Amino acid sequence: MLEQTVQIVSNERDNDSYFRLVVHAPRIAPLIQPGQFAHVRIPPLKDALLRRPFSIFQVSGDTFSILYKTVGKGTEALSQMQAGEELGVIAPLGHGFTVPKRGGETPLLVAGGYGMAAMFLLAQRSPQKGIVFVGGRRRVDILCEKEFQTLGWDVRVTTEDGSHGKKGLVTLPLIAELKHTVAKRMVPHRKVFACGPTGMLKAVGKIADEFKVPAELSMDEHMCCGVGVCLTCVIPIKAGDRWEYQRTCIEGPVFDAKEIVWEATK
Amino acid sequence: MKREVRSAKCEVNLSVQIGKLTLQNPVMVASGTFGYGVEYAQLLDLNQLGAVVVKGIRLGPVRGNPTPRTAEVTSGMLNAIGLQGPGVDGFIKKYWPFLKKLKVPTIINIWGTTVDEYAEVAKRFDALGGVGALELNVSCPNIKEGGAQFGTDVKLLSRVVAACRKATELPLITKMSPNVVSIAPYAKAAEESGSDALAVTNSYPAMAIDIETRKPKLANVTGGLTGPCIKPIAIKLIWEAAKAVKIPIIGMGGIQNAADAIEFMMAGATAVAVGTANFYEPGTTLQVIAGLREFMQKHGIKEMREITGSVQVVK
Repeated sequence: MLEQTVQIVSNERDNDSYFRLVVHAPRIAPLIQPGQFAHVRIPPLKDALLRRPFSIFQVSGDTFSILYKTVGKGTEALSQMQAGEELGVIAPLGHGFTVPKRGGETPLLVAGGYGMAAMFLLAQRSPQKGIVFVGGRRRVDILCEKEFQTLGWDVRVTTEDGSHGKKGLVTLPLIAELKHTVAKRMVPHRKVFACGPTGMLKAVGKIADEFKVPAELSMDEHMCCGVGVCLTCVIPIKAGDRWEYQRTCIEGPVFDAKEIVWEATK
Repeated sequence: MKREVRSAKCEVNLSVQIGKLTLQNPVMVASGTFGYGVEYAQLLDLNQLGAVVVKGIRLGPVRGNPTPRTAEVTSGMLNAIGLQGPGVDGFIKKYWPFLKKLKVPTIINIWGTTVDEYAEVAKRFDALGGVGALELNVSCPNIKEGGAQFGTDVKLLSRVVAACRKATELPLITKMSPNVVSIAPYAKAAEESGSDALAVTNSYPAMAIDIETRKPKLANVTGGLTGPCIKPIAIKLIWEAAKAVKIPIIGMGGIQNAADAIEFMMAGATAVAVGTANFYEPGTTLQVIAGLREFMQKHGIKEMREITGSVQVVK
């Protein structure tokens, strides 16, 4: 974890309301592990004081990038920033994904919308290739499909309006694949890695449990300090026969699906 | 850049006295914004601080409130964490081994749901050895029992402070509630019951609503407001408290830089605490310390305490 002022290399519209931001961060870039995040201070925000957390998308040499959607004043202000301008960054943060081992379980990546961004490094650094299930509302919500294909992964797309790939939710092709796996008694088995909206993660966790496959879920919680002191981003996690609140920024954002006590999240 | 100022420097002494506790400088952190110290140790040298103040601890572990627990507002934030914590034993096991090795004092913020619990927790930390001071949290707005109920009732406040005074020789700092008509009688009550200092103040009861969902932004409905938006209110409370008591005051409320800290001291604070700014700029405390030194050199102030209460009010 380092706190640094970094310079924007590029900040360009990817598609619709999605942007790709690349920053020059030579000390941070080599430390980044798949599933970790950066906590970003956006100077033009002024009276909105808090940092914004973003999953790290790609790492290349002295740079890392994030892929974000403009959803509020923080991301709106960020999208207006230009190459050469500076941002405050604390990174890399959080406990990320377990990178699959060669010859181990086949990874099944499940991404909803910009959850895809958090999975790219995992796919890139996994010696074991697998399948990426990506879902979104519309065609424009399906991000970096080609980049995953270039890595040699099988990408299966679903959209809720049917404008791209199969029509429906991302969980449908995931269930179909797991049924196929069970029917064919495939060994070694599969392991699920997911990032996306909480509803999707909950559904993926349930599916993984039904098919008795392990699953790692990257939780997207409202965050404040990003380093474990404020206790904003907590979720209920099993602790013996009870549960306790654990921090998404330190113990997470990636949790073993079996540890999350969904009943206590409402 | 500032070399000219430094070339003309005089020797300055930033140390201050809180009861029998000497701080190397007046800059500490506000309880609840700095975890248990260890979390920020990777980002800054804690031994540069005046003191480390840890998050509130009661006798047993506390799960805390449901989420969402915080919400950003204009120039500040709301929180209703609900004093999640490991309890005395959990704290001693998990965090004390790190904290006791620090060269600067650790101040432990304590709370309870009864007067006896406050005293019991105070006794436990007295027995631990090596604790710098205890801060009595009688002002958390986000828990049903304990907290602000003690800080907004003069008799209860006196009983809590007196019970803790009996339980420990450690310096006691009473963390005041801002949610009173006049802070003076509360400040006096804490002083008369044996408090060595006052922390002025805790967060301000507040609320925010999401207009699309028509729901409160916090699961707890209401929370405590902190950040730069509360600073002028805090300055006034410190000024009033300082007129009412002789014991030192630790001022806090939206401090972001040395100029803010100096304003608190001129209003009557002997020391200051950086709170919410830790969340967005973890190096704020160190910048404040450097800025205080620069201000003293620039104005030829040799002792930190010369600034305390130096506001000139002509009536």
